[in-house]
Amino acid sequence: MHELAITESILSIALDHAGRCGATRVTDLNLVIGQLSSIVDDSVQFYWDIVCKETICEGAVLHFERIPAQMVCLNCDHTYAITRGLEACPQCESFHVRVHAGEEFRLESIEVEMAERGL
Amino acid sequence: MNRMTVPVVEEILSANDSLAALNRQKLDDARVLGMNIMASPGAGKTSVILRTIEALKEQLQLGVVEGDTAAVTIDADKVIMAGMPAVQINTGGQCHLDAVMLGKALPALPLDEIDLLIVENVGNLICPHSFALGTHFNVVIASVPEGDDKPYKYPNIYRGIDALILNKMDLLPYIDFNEAYFRRGIEILNPGVDYFPLSCTTGEGVAEWANWMMDRVKRYRSGLA
Repeated sequence: MHELAITESILSIALDHAGRCGATRVTDLNLVIGQLSSIVDDSVQFYWDIVCKETICEGAVLHFERIPAQMVCLNCDHTYAITRGLEACPQCESFHVRVHAGEEFRLESIEVEMAERGL
Repeated sequence: MNRMTVPVVEEILSANDSLAALNRQKLDDARVLGMNIMASPGAGKTSVILRTIEALKEQLQLGVVEGDTAAVTIDADKVIMAGMPAVQINTGGQCHLDAVMLGKALPALPLDEIDLLIVENVGNLICPHSFALGTHFNVVIASVPEGDDKPYKYPNIYRGIDALILNKMDLLPYIDFNEAYFRRGIEILNPGVDYFPLSCTTGEGVAEWANWMMDRVKRYRSGLA
């Protein structure tokens, strides 16, 4: 259920950046989320529909870019993707590995509408 | 209507992370080493804390922050009975502690008198991992009855920890628990992590854990001096 706290955080960051550039409405949010982040897209979407109400983000669409999990072997430097949970290095079978990618968890950009400038 | 893309590139938990940094500063100002304990409900977090107090009370002043989802003070009461200051955080149903909650609890403790602050997170193997608190290191307590597959099923909580305790070792003869398989899962996630099999019931292994803790406090002090 920590998706509520996370969704509120996403809203707060989006409103902050939209406010700074004087946007009148936010239409889209582009999120980058690694496969290893314990985040459920549907759950974030569910809370989003509630928390964005009566803000300039109301109705904005969430886009999730998922980054696959990649490990790097500390023994032979081989980089490999993991698909079924924890796996040893396929090259040297070492278990001494570290996460290389898949922990991303950021708001990359927002699409906004600006008021027409007066003449 | 003008449309544009505004680059943001901001970590979603950056607000929590900044508050965690403030907590860290408060601890460092008072020269308090902070430890965050995470585990599933019933793994024995409070029992390990009580055993740690018992082992170190002659050498260190400890303080404890107890996180629970319900409005109870069962755990804090036990710590206070053991003679150390404790404050209970009731998260109001939330599944984890975050930096804001810890920040509110810190002023309730006499930090200037404390050497080691133990933060007992909410019993949960998923959410606490995502929220930095500002403590100096993380420990996970697993226990034999939970089963040997937990590192494979909840990898995030086991990743990036400084020590792992395997509690309830006295139950090993009665439970189908493959310790080698369990340890391999921990090793994949944390090569070379310090590992303490112990039993709060019999006291087996508690001294090794307490020595490690004492050593961490000494290293912290020498780093600051």
